[in-house]
Amino acid sequence: MTEPFLRMLGISKRFPGVQALDNVGLEVASGEVHALLGENGAGKSTLLKILSGAQQPDAGSISLDGRPTSFASPQEAQRLGVVTIYQEFTLAPNMSVAENVFIGREPGAGPFVNGRKMAADTLAITDRIGLGLKPHALVRDLSVAEQQMVEIARALSMQSRLIVMDEPTSALSAAEVEKLFRIVRDLKAHGLGIIFVTHRLEEVMQICDRYTVLRDGRKVGAGRISDTDIDGIIRLMVGRQVDALFAHRPKARTGTVALSVRGLSRRGKAQDHNATVLDNVSLEVRRGEILGVAGLVGAGRTELARAVFGADPFDSGRVLIDGEPAAISSPQDAIRHGVGLVPEDRKQQALFLALGVRFNLSMAAHERLLRGRIFIDEAAERRMVEEYRKTLNIRMASQDQTIANLSGGNQQKVVLARWLALQPKVLIVDEPTRGIDIGAKVEVHNLLFEMAQRGIAIIAISSELAEVLAISDRIVTMREGRITGEVDRESASEERLMTMMTLSGKAAWAGDAV
Amino acid sequence: MSEATRAEDAAPGRADLIGLLARFAPLVFLIVLMVGFSIFQPRFLSPFNLFNVMRQVSVYGLLAIGMTFVILTAGIDLSIGSLLAFAGLVAAAVDKGGLSNRFSVGAGQDALGYGWPLAALAAVAVGLAGGWLQGQAITRFKVPPFVVTLGGMSVFRGAALLFAGGGPISGFDPKYVWWGQGKIGPVPVPVIIFIAFAVLAHIALRYARYGRQVYAVGGNSEAARLAGLNVLRVIGSVYVIMGFFAGLGGFVLSARLNSAEAVAGTGYELTVIASVVIGGTSLFGGVGTIFGTVIGTILIGVLLNGLVLMEVSPYIQQIIIGVIIVLAVAFDTFAKSRRRTA
Repeated sequence: MTEPFLRMLGISKRFPGVQALDNVGLEVASGEVHALLGENGAGKSTLLKILSGAQQPDAGSISLDGRPTSFASPQEAQRLGVVTIYQEFTLAPNMSVAENVFIGREPGAGPFVNGRKMAADTLAITDRIGLGLKPHALVRDLSVAEQQMVEIARALSMQSRLIVMDEPTSALSAAEVEKLFRIVRDLKAHGLGIIFVTHRLEEVMQICDRYTVLRDGRKVGAGRISDTDIDGIIRLMVGRQVDALFAHRPKARTGTVALSVRGLSRRGKAQDHNATVLDNVSLEVRRGEILGVAGLVGAGRTELARAVFGADPFDSGRVLIDGEPAAISSPQDAIRHGVGLVPEDRKQQALFLALGVRFNLSMAAHERLLRGRIFIDEAAERRMVEEYRKTLNIRMASQDQTIANLSGGNQQKVVLARWLALQPKVLIVDEPTRGIDIGAKVEVHNLLFEMAQRGIAIIAISSELAEVLAISDRIVTMREGRITGEVDRESASEERLMTMMTLSGKAAWAGDAV
Repeated sequence: MSEATRAEDAAPGRADLIGLLARFAPLVFLIVLMVGFSIFQPRFLSPFNLFNVMRQVSVYGLLAIGMTFVILTAGIDLSIGSLLAFAGLVAAAVDKGGLSNRFSVGAGQDALGYGWPLAALAAVAVGLAGGWLQGQAITRFKVPPFVVTLGGMSVFRGAALLFAGGGPISGFDPKYVWWGQGKIGPVPVPVIIFIAFAVLAHIALRYARYGRQVYAVGGNSEAARLAGLNVLRVIGSVYVIMGFFAGLGGFVLSARLNSAEAVAGTGYELTVIASVVIGGTSLFGGVGTIFGTVIGTILIGVLLNGLVLMEVSPYIQQIIIGVIIVLAVAFDTFAKSRRRTA
């Protein structure tokens, strides 16, 4: 192999509380398509941000064409020929294709833009690669796939040598993916390097030449795609020891079906009709059972939770509680039917940060604390909060302490207590232990076990496979809004879950058969 | 890291200290201001002057109570001065028995009018209707409160001008005027009305379920929704409450001046918002008390009164109010950023 175009060596980056990247290296040659792979939180995003100049590494070196360099800003990275195309496009919808391609770099004299030259240059670029774009079309009238072409054209207009594509296929239909791959091969033939970040491993096999796998901020493997297979990559992605600290749940005795979801579907926004948020999702949870939902970011897990809880609308499908159809179109409806949701983002979606612990804890339980229909019985409220402080071991200075001053684990216990106070039939917990330390994680797990023991049906969504395996009785996996598989705890493993999460339903079946 | 967070759980952090400071800063400031004025101008502390200050602030105070509900939900209402003028004119017309009697004075004319009870009711009804309409525009059509009430400011002022043909209505019967100029013992009636409603509002916010909902919606509307609250209904309701106080304020002001006119209440929104904010209610929503609003209202009243006694130009008073509102919000933003990092 010749000298690679991009060489990153010993890149480290630390954020408060986590080592996001630890001595990571990455090499990409001209004319190569390189897959950057890893689980949620493995460090891919941080590496991309460093590569695009949005963040600076704490340590390590970057060289281009063998010359040491550094990217102080996104502009500088682009000037040096490294362009990143994000999942969320950075286009101005009300401007034309040509204006978007040359935004900030319009050809012309003085304050005047030479529109004709701009259009001609745009056409030259799109024709070279076969993007098939009309320079004067407005971006807002284009499909997602076409907008992606505009981003690629913009990258080419900057004479870029390396294009970084972050999940480029996630919103595309199969035909559009084929077209994108044709263009990627074309770019490759023109000598550009491409970094391809994706969760779809079969695409990696199809289009990529080499790969680098990150795990927990470290590089755990790299090599030629032709020397490995999907199983080998999955092993690299999940390879860590299942965390021994997570106690497994004792075998549960489950009761009747508490929640049943039938054929739940939700289309995406009107513009990108390809994107289906939820596609015919069906599942059941029994009393006393913990159903784990695994999937990569964007697989539709949170969307499913929010739809069942009435926080987001859905287009078709039914929700049954205790076998009875339940019309749930708002969180109020869900609560009335005995369904609770602990949302994924504690601070944005669950807590009233400026207010006290007591206020936060009793928020959903006002109904049973009323005195004279109007007033809150504060004495009863204090008794209730004290009861939960004891049973959940919530560490706080007083009931009126501002909740922002509690640790993440104690905040999460307050949120759980808020729902416990309602004595729900079904509780959906979305990332129940995100951002809390390991001791508190175990406490939260035990709490979920106790709740299940008391007959609550629990749906637990988590991005940590070890957690899903530790707490669930049964696990379903999701990808692209669909359920791609179901396993019970005895036969589940991280490798198996990862396979079900990253391959399409058919491929997972095939994998099962092997 | 976990050790540090444990330590924080056990003892109130620094953010609570700032919160404490924020709670009592207005009261301390008020006392300092009163001491300062009484040194420069001994007349300031006379009971007559103090009751005068209270009487002057009571209409602002009524509006500030309503505004506290609105700002607690992170909203704003700029239309209150206009709505107050409109409601005052309607009350005046009802008391006089129609616009044709607008200048008639004298006992003989009393029989013609409908009297103060219906007049007060009419003013409140106008206020409630105006507030309800704005609340609907905000919650149903998702127009930001700033825009809706900026529009309302113009609409209600126009309605007031149209209704009265531009001229004032004055000379009410004594029972009507009593609500603005009367006294019970040494205490002016408007002051009693203000304090009575402040107590009611305090009870509603502090002890009623509704109060919890107002704080929740303002503190984090998404979390409130996911906790099962009807967020839109709560938001709509605070503009109705604001409208009630604008209507009541219009009635009391017209009684105090023994006259209602379409230009009444011009610029009140700024003074009222300043009172609420300086009383510690956060423009970001979710933080604030009626007690703070009462202190803030008196503080602004004392400041204006003291400046008058010290013969400071009214133009300078305007500048001072403007500066105060910016400083109060700057402090609030600082306090909020401290909460964030905590």
